[in-house]
Amino acid sequence: MNSTTLKWAGLLAAASIFAAGQAIAGPDNNKLMIDGKELVTDLKGPEGGPLEHIYSGWRFRASETQAFELDDFENPAFPAVDLGEELWNTVEGEAGKSCATCHNDASETMKGVRASMPKWNEKLGKPHTLETQINACRTENLKAEAWKWEAPNMLAMTSYIGLQSRGMPVNVQTDGPMQSWNDKGKELYYSRVGQLDMSCANCHEDNYGKMIRADHLSQGHINGFPTYRLKWGGLGSIHRRFSGCMKNIRATPYKRGSDEFIALELYLASRGTGLAVETPAVRN
Amino acid sequence: MRTILKMGLAGACLAALATATAQAGDVAPMDVKFTDDGVMASLTGVAGDAAKGREVFSNRKLGNCLACHVNAEQKEHSFHGEVGPPLDGAADRYSEAELRAIVINSKQALTDKTIMPGFYSLKLGVRVNKKFAGKTILTAQQVEDVVAYLSTLKE
Ligand code: HEC
Ligand code: HEC
Repeated sequence: MNSTTLKWAGLLAAASIFAAGQAIAGPDNNKLMIDGKELVTDLKGPEGGPLEHIYSGWRFRASETQAFELDDFENPAFPAVDLGEELWNTVEGEAGKSCATCHNDASETMKGVRASMPKWNEKLGKPHTLETQINACRTENLKAEAWKWEAPNMLAMTSYIGLQSRGMPVNVQTDGPMQSWNDKGKELYYSRVGQLDMSCANCHEDNYGKMIRADHLSQGHINGFPTYRLKWGGLGSIHRRFSGCMKNIRATPYKRGSDEFIALELYLASRGTGLAVETPAVRN
Repeated sequence: MRTILKMGLAGACLAALATATAQAGDVAPMDVKFTDDGVMASLTGVAGDAAKGREVFSNRKLGNCLACHVNAEQKEHSFHGEVGPPLDGAADRYSEAELRAIVINSKQALTDKTIMPGFYSLKLGVRVNKKFAGKTILTAQQVEDVVAYLSTLKE
């Protein structure tokens, strides 16, 4: 192949030159330092696993987008985190309790929670996601109303709780009662769906590092969720992202909170085992 | 080296609205005859229009071929994907019948593992969004137009 030079007159501010043929740009080598601490954005994949090397989606973003995540004052998700903290301490519901009534200081009691979700729940007989666990606490312990999956308060709370695990390695249970859920998630991950007839693996396993028109394909990990997307102009849940990718391939998405999306969430978390939790991450 | 682009609002890669339904007289998707040399017969009997095919190639709601393929002949478009091979000189490598086969159903023409969608095929994934159910991505004539356009890509 020759190296014809195409002019990439940027649709936005940036313009650049792309030399076709030389430049299949994989992840970059930037380091994710927040508050003087480095977060793990790549590691060797486990023997026999699908990914030889595991990379956070942050490593595939443009440096301007990456920069938002380096400084909590620049990170546009932080007003929501502040709201989450406020909600944590707000008494709501007939029981006259707040989250803090039972769980005290989130920075101690919620450490590691995001990193291990979804988590098996014996009483429920299925895994809890962070969202379903929050709602279970609200309805059973606070005697307050459940929040909708994508409600601003829910996103604020999942960001605030998620932040308490920032930097910790993703580590979900996949054996025991979780195994069949993980297997189901894997099956969904490799199934071709939609009129465009593609699986998650077609983009995020077979083609990460390449451009798909204006988008730089990552491995599609979920260690940064809820994530602030510049395109959304706000935070979105893991299941919102799944839904978007399915719509792009002209498939009917599963519902947020469905067993299918919970299984897919578990499987994706397990594929990213060892990546640092980045919540709340920033993506374009 | 590639300068990093800010892609904030550049948009979803493949989302689209347009759909295609078979016209009377066209070869229906299930009746297309694949041979070792490709799909020999036109799907419509009407000669493809390369200028229209050029538009189908870049249009995000139609072929969106640029999502995956670099094509130096369309320099005016900013973003060319890298998922598939560059199509410069495609007509030097493939006959018209082969190009037609690849566009109709690359899974049959190239490899069943490919990510490339079958543009005139009804062997689709599960859970097809109901707006697109039972429909091919391109019409038979749009396929002929794209094939006419690809046939001009010589080096
Ligand atoms: C046609 C290509 C394509 C397919 C198929 C696809 N995605 Fe994506 N996905 C993208 C693009 C483009 C992005 C944005 C850039 C990136 O992070 O890869 C993205 C982003 C993501 C992200 C966010 C990653 C981050 O770091 O924030 C997740 C999670 C994800 N996809 C999951 C999935 C799942 C699950 C499926 C299957 C149901 C799927 N994708 C199918 C193209 C695709
Ligand atoms: C989602 C990605 C994707 C899209 C969209 C796509 N292609 Fe492809 N195409 C590929 C890949 C990948 C290959 C290589 C086959 C393989 O190994 O899977 C390919 C191969 C080809 C080839 C053979 C190239 C060679 O040199 O061997 C032609 C011709 C072609 N595509 C034309 C088109 C046209 C025309 C369109 C739009 C109507 C299109 N493609 C849309 C991914 C895509």
